Amino acid sequence: MLELLIVSTLNGVLYGMLLFLMASGLTLIFSMMGVLNFAHASFYMLGAFFGYQISRYTGFWIGLVAAPLVVGGLGALVERYGLRNVHRHGHVPELLFTFGLAYVIEEVVQMIWGKLPVDYRVPPLLDFPAFTIFDTNYPAYKLFMLAVSVAIFVGLLLVLARTRIGLIIQAALTHPNMVGMLGHDVAKVFMLVFGVGTGLAAVAGVIAGPSLVTQSNMAGLLGPILFVVVVVGGLGSLTGAFVASLLIGLVQTFAVSLDVSVSSVAQALGITAQPAGGVLGDLWTVTIAQIGPVIPYLLLVVVLIARPTGLLGNREA
Amino acid sequence: MSAAVASPPQARALPPEMAPALLEVEDLHAYYGKSHILQGVSFRVGAGEIVSILGRNGVGRSTTLKAIMGDVPPRGTIRFKGQPIAGLRPHVVARRGLGYVPEERAIFPKLTVRQNLALGEKPGTGARWSYEEIFRLFPRLEERIDTPGGVLSGGEQQMLTICRTLMGNPDLIMIDEPTEGLSPQMVARVGDLIGEIAARGVAVLLVEQKLTIALKLSQRLYVMGHGRVVFEGTPAGLMANEAVRREWLEV
Repeated sequence: MLELLIVSTLNGVLYGMLLFLMASGLTLIFSMMGVLNFAHASFYMLGAFFGYQISRYTGFWIGLVAAPLVVGGLGALVERYGLRNVHRHGHVPELLFTFGLAYVIEEVVQMIWGKLPVDYRVPPLLDFPAFTIFDTNYPAYKLFMLAVSVAIFVGLLLVLARTRIGLIIQAALTHPNMVGMLGHDVAKVFMLVFGVGTGLAAVAGVIAGPSLVTQSNMAGLLGPILFVVVVVGGLGSLTGAFVASLLIGLVQTFAVSLDVSVSSVAQALGITAQPAGGVLGDLWTVTIAQIGPVIPYLLLVVVLIARPTGLLGNREA
Repeated sequence: MSAAVASPPQARALPPEMAPALLEVEDLHAYYGKSHILQGVSFRVGAGEIVSILGRNGVGRSTTLKAIMGDVPPRGTIRFKGQPIAGLRPHVVARRGLGYVPEERAIFPKLTVRQNLALGEKPGTGARWSYEEIFRLFPRLEERIDTPGGVLSGGEQQMLTICRTLMGNPDLIMIDEPTEGLSPQMVARVGDLIGEIAARGVAVLLVEQKLTIALKLSQRLYVMGHGRVVFEGTPAGLMANEAVRREWLEV
């Protein structure tokens, strides 16, 4: 039980930090430009595939640096030549634009790399068990993923809190027009934030790619969870995104490892009576692991009903 | 402090043709959707002058300032320091030396007073105003230097927005309704601050609803009605013109 607790906590925090790498960019972009970027998870996927492709020629480490730079550059171009033009026509066209972009990226990835998973491997340098708890070998690569995520999180906070550009970004979160009228080029700041945000998503893709599966459906699998994180945390709140990332990360990780159902709890308590089949009987024997995938979305629905601004948000979702 | 501030405003009023034009607006039009808000506004502000635009709500005074800043698309001619600026993006207009304090103040509520002021500084402009001078003008800001802007009182916020814009070293500062909703003491403080700003050689374009403030501070004033300038003259001239006051100003 203790083993399960420790390993699941580590995995949950790791998954949470990966989510935060993406959610941070998504929420910054939303607060500043009012754009809910549906294609954000697609940049994560591009990060994984670019990382894979670059790593085939130069090894993993160059890919780790180069892929996010390329993807971030692409993101900046998308903002400059796509979103900025669509922006004049309002938020709905913007939403549709990012929605379309997500499909374009998915199709292009399928055309180039196919539908099957590519062979993106953990670099040999990190391909060993870092430590063994009870019977579980915990891979060094996962610790590396955790370290990279934490380092980027700290770096992001420092840039936002301590630098002049961070100050301008913070101000533009609430009053972009005023920031412009004080003489700052807000359009350039938007482009930068979009580029950095998509670049961070790509970092998540590069480091998650070898550990998870690098496949053309990975954006589609992760995208919805990302929106749960951002809405539960509160649209536009970086702290909220952090809390929600960890929450969702832990909830999902623990859920899949808990093979517990109402019936098993009842049996443990010495209750042997059971409903005689039907819907109630099904509910009686379903395990938490089985309903695990639906928990984040349930959370989304409950949060939207009980607290539409999210846990730490201050604007309507 | 220069002698200009000590003497009554009317005494230092220059005739418009003598003051070198800093800002010239000619036949300015602006639209919100299909409504024609500004219908050919013309006026000018000389270097170091305090000029007020008066008028009732909805006659286009705030829109005039926004059109000059490029926040609302302008049609017509706007020249600043002799250069056309109509249609430039707001940050470019600001960097040319035009400061703007909007009616809604637009404090950055989560940032501290110090951070709000720092955001007023622009790349590449010399510092005519230092933090020390700002604090001398308004010591309360120094006391609250690490307080988030959002928790300041209305008057303190007004001072902060004006000072924030001053940090960018403007040659002309446009202030929209600075005394709205303030206590009488605070209104007086804002009046003093505007006098100090002008004494430092910064021209002020003031949009005001309180006739007394505008009369006391301005060298020249314009009255707007229905998207046009309907009166142009000195405070004394406006006081003498009861018809204009009755038709365009009194409620």
